Amino acid sequence: MGAMASTAMAPASGRAARQLAVRVRGLRKQYCDTAAVAGVDLDIERGEIFALLGPNGAGKTTTIEILEGHRRRDGGEVSVLGADPAKAGRSWRARIGIVPQTQTKTGELTVREMVSHFGAYFPDPREPDEVIDAVGLTEQAGTRLRRLSGGQLRRVDVAVGIVGRPDLLFLDEPTTGFDPQARRTFWDLIAGLAGDGTTIVLTTHYLDEAAVLASRVGVLAAGRVVAAGTPADLGRTDAIATVTWQASDGPRSVRTTEPTEFVLRLAGEAGGEVPGLTVTRPSLEDRYLELISASQNGAER
Amino acid sequence: MIATQPGSPAGRLTGEEAAEAQPRLPGLMRVAMIRGAIEVKQFVRQRENVIFTFSLPIILLLLFGQIFHGQVGHTGVSFRQYFIAGIIASGLMSATFVGVGASIAEDRDDGTLIRLAGTPLQPAAYFAGKAILAFVTALCEVAALLAVGVALLGLDLPATPARWFTLAWVLALGSATCSMLGIAIGVAVRSTRSAFATLNLPYLVLSFISGVYFVFSRLPSGLQHIAALFPLKWICQGLRSAFLPDRLLAAEPAHSWEHGKIALVLGLWLVASLVICVRTFRWQRQGDR
Repeated sequence: MGAMASTAMAPASGRAARQLAVRVRGLRKQYCDTAAVAGVDLDIERGEIFALLGPNGAGKTTTIEILEGHRRRDGGEVSVLGADPAKAGRSWRARIGIVPQTQTKTGELTVREMVSHFGAYFPDPREPDEVIDAVGLTEQAGTRLRRLSGGQLRRVDVAVGIVGRPDLLFLDEPTTGFDPQARRTFWDLIAGLAGDGTTIVLTTHYLDEAAVLASRVGVLAAGRVVAAGTPADLGRTDAIATVTWQASDGPRSVRTTEPTEFVLRLAGEAGGEVPGLTVTRPSLEDRYLELISASQNGAER
Repeated sequence: MIATQPGSPAGRLTGEEAAEAQPRLPGLMRVAMIRGAIEVKQFVRQRENVIFTFSLPIILLLLFGQIFHGQVGHTGVSFRQYFIAGIIASGLMSATFVGVGASIAEDRDDGTLIRLAGTPLQPAAYFAGKAILAFVTALCEVAALLAVGVALLGLDLPATPARWFTLAWVLALGSATCSMLGIAIGVAVRSTRSAFATLNLPYLVLSFISGVYFVFSRLPSGLQHIAALFPLKWICQGLRSAFLPDRLLAAEPAHSWEHGKIALVLGLWLVASLVICVRTFRWQRQGDR
């Protein structure tokens, strides 16, 4: 363990360090010649919902799989619930819940059989029926998995991930393929779990998901954390707003730090209503796309 | 022992508390039985699988019943009675070596292994579950073959309790050995499809040289020696000792049922396969890690 990590994200005091569910320093993973993860630092506190956000191929899944102990790392320090996932044993496993990216395809068991079967591996499992109810599959409890829809199967994955009563739950793109209604129900479930004290680490490429669920977000691009903070922090940029309006010679657009001032002046010049006036500030999405494209340009250079 | 507390009210167990008050992990034997039960349940529910596994040896038995008439030498024992041992052995190897061996590749392909890897399940319990599945399958197959054989072909059941006992231990040891050997090979292959191809080759070759389709002692002695290196020949021999009277010993190369040697060879293969399984098994393929 490197002594005092110099990263800005690292909490200073030892007491705070004990509260960390996940601590990652300088994580690296190489596939052939490409670096999938190129020096990632992460601190995830106990009880928080942390979202790893990024486009496909950014290294989200590689990172999360290393944290789960499902993948070897080439370099860096990783501590998950106080242990190195590459060496941790069964009692550590019992405290971790995993919802992998790939959907289950085992079709011959019923939902209840599947959930209670996985519960049986753990020392202190949740009641299967409670878990099934929590993921909204009570009506399908007796149905075989192969008769379920894609979204329902994904909820079985989640049920299997939480039945062991994990302290830390990993969710790798949990809502891919969900309809908007199912996604909202799922968000409630995850928020509920976090309310019960479960630490949650999820990857997603949906910004709204990260914004709604996560207490903190790490944006991953080309194997690096390019930004980290609360969703609100990330969305807030240098307060540059864009003012657009319809001038006599066509549409015009101006970027300014003082939009109110500018609009007042514009109104004075127009002598009344400014045609087609809009004032926009960058959203989390704009900021995110900016970060991603910046890192991509950087990688190409 | 496993803790099955009734669901505690939400919010009572925070991560910290749970970490301190950890109930014990369920034991190996218990989890092995749970795995065995779920393997059998999944197998039984795959109808094509069940039909394929059981129909092949039964069809083989009926064909042999039509093709072969008469006796082995002047022993008064019918060819049909002689071949029941080989057909049971062949069916057992197909179900355990090929079927169970390939099931590990299926478990990889359908995401079962990656899910199990995320739990505290030990690989040993997973293997034990496969061995239980293999034994149950073998048992059902023998029951089905004997029922058909006795009802339609007039075959004789093992004559004494001692011979029933022989049948039981040869089945148990044979199915364990074949399934572990199949898994040892199944661990190394890339996909379900290549698993079936890879496993069927040794299975078919061994079937031909181990006394399934021919009276073993009439095979060229070179082939006999090669067959004697592998488990199937010994399973056939053990089953013959359960179904045939001792006067058939004249048709055995060693003029003895060689029970000790059967147990030894099968035991060695079992231990070797287990070592390979434990050493080479990973929940994930090497390339995926």
